[in-house]
Amino acid sequence: MIVVEGVRFTYSGGVEALRDVSLTVKDGEFVAIMGQNGAGKTTLVKHFNGLLKPSKGTVRIDGVETTKTSIAKLSRTVGFVFQNPDHQLFSETVEEEIAFALKNFGFEEEVIQKQITWALNLLSLTQYRKTSPFMLSGGERKRVALASVLAWDPQILIMDEPTIGQDHEQKEKLRQFIVQLQAQEKTVVIVTHDVEFVAECNPRVVLMKEGKIVADGKGKDILTNLEALAQSSIVLPQIAQIFTQLAPLGLSRNVIDIYEAKDILLQAWGRRRT
Amino acid sequence: MAVIETRNLSYTYPGATKPSISDVSLKVEKGDFVLITGPSGCGKTTLCRCFNGLIPHFYQGELKGEITVAEKDVTKHQTHEMAKHVGLVFQNPENQLFALSIEKDVAFGLENLGFSREEMRKRVDWALNLTGIYDLRERSPHEVSGGQQQRVAIASVLAMQPEIIVLDEPTSFLDPLSAEKIFQVIHELNQTLGITVVLVEHRLDLTARYANHIIIMDEGKVCSDGGTREILCAEETRIIGVGIPKATLLYKLLGNEGMNLGDVTPLSSDEMAKLLLEAFGRR
Repeated sequence: MIVVEGVRFTYSGGVEALRDVSLTVKDGEFVAIMGQNGAGKTTLVKHFNGLLKPSKGTVRIDGVETTKTSIAKLSRTVGFVFQNPDHQLFSETVEEEIAFALKNFGFEEEVIQKQITWALNLLSLTQYRKTSPFMLSGGERKRVALASVLAWDPQILIMDEPTIGQDHEQKEKLRQFIVQLQAQEKTVVIVTHDVEFVAECNPRVVLMKEGKIVADGKGKDILTNLEALAQSSIVLPQIAQIFTQLAPLGLSRNVIDIYEAKDILLQAWGRRRT
Repeated sequence: MAVIETRNLSYTYPGATKPSISDVSLKVEKGDFVLITGPSGCGKTTLCRCFNGLIPHFYQGELKGEITVAEKDVTKHQTHEMAKHVGLVFQNPENQLFALSIEKDVAFGLENLGFSREEMRKRVDWALNLTGIYDLRERSPHEVSGGQQQRVAIASVLAMQPEIIVLDEPTSFLDPLSAEKIFQVIHELNQTLGITVVLVEHRLDLTARYANHIIIMDEGKVCSDGGTREILCAEETRIIGVGIPKATLLYKLLGNEGMNLGDVTPLSSDEMAKLLLEAFGRR
């Protein structure tokens, strides 16, 4: 469980990136943190694994305050996948990249090999096992970064912009994988701008603006809330955009899912016929 | 007139066992707004690197086939010559920013081409304003956010006003509203100045509406090439796993159920909403 209470954070340059943020994420929850560039999203999640320590307030992971433990210890529980994979990749081969953390955590060689194979397979990277991560495309490097964190099976998984550079199929795989993680009671927090991905997953959405949380609720409610989204510079998902414009037809505006949209429209169409 | 033309173009990176692009033949007409899309690792970035000569002049490896850009054989003209005609915005902005201040970064290309001081000032300010980073001009490009760095990279290329702009997922770090503004700016330059735009993107929800031409790649090959509306409506496109805009997909899903909304495939939510309002209005 992640418990953030009254957190303020000021960067050494004097920029106040978080202004009194409080948030609780329960085990097994899937949360998307959204908001415009510079809203404090990445700063907030960097507090979850102790990369940043609050200037004021507290962050507790499973009851332990992040200022009272080390990043190394926290990392075993909280896996963090960076926005830019190049900030995290450094090994000669994809396999070594994934093995690195596992070795540091002291896993046995046999387990390490098993975990590598599992993670590569999960992220469609098996063919690149012996390849240098720097030979891969941007989207593939992103998946290597994700694989290297998933391999040690953290209880809480933080992903900063996981869908950048990912094609439709990979996004769908990521979505299914997150569903699996939730079934195992794992906690997933993503920072994302990808409204269409969020619309497909329908997680809890936390909306940030200028270092504060301005809205928090079900994806379906937040992503159809015009005022909240406008002040956070977020565009409505396409389905919600369409339904907003269909107001004259008297249909519900609270729709983000394409199949639900199809059913509502077909039903309305049928009613008109009779 | 084709401003980019490739014939049976194949390229293999040094040490790689198979080509990253193979047998690519395509034509981009002057004034086109072309969207290149396809699964990650399908060769889109590699193809972009050929357009301004980074391949074969900077990257070693084996290039086969022919490529002509702005009437120049790319294999015979160095990257700095091609840079006068083709501006390339990279996927990762950190790979292309280097100056001490943002405005110096944006001015760099112009300095190299020997523009006068006033002309440089004018163009740099124009590009900074268009991309919404004028107020950041004196900051270091390395101390701003990833999204702002992407704007710097785009401004640097716009300032040169090249005939062709190639953008490789140029707004991936930007929030959707900022991304939309950037795409609108690029669309306007395409419409008003006739600049040819080649845009690599997965997010067709945001971009399909601007493109008159779309090229879909898979495993290094071109698998669909044509008008945006026709290609995005085609059943094969869905099978390849391209992220078709939700508005377009909804039109197709309803069509499959017998709800006919006409022959013009919508590419944006505005177009789709209009079709629906018209259809319900007729009843």
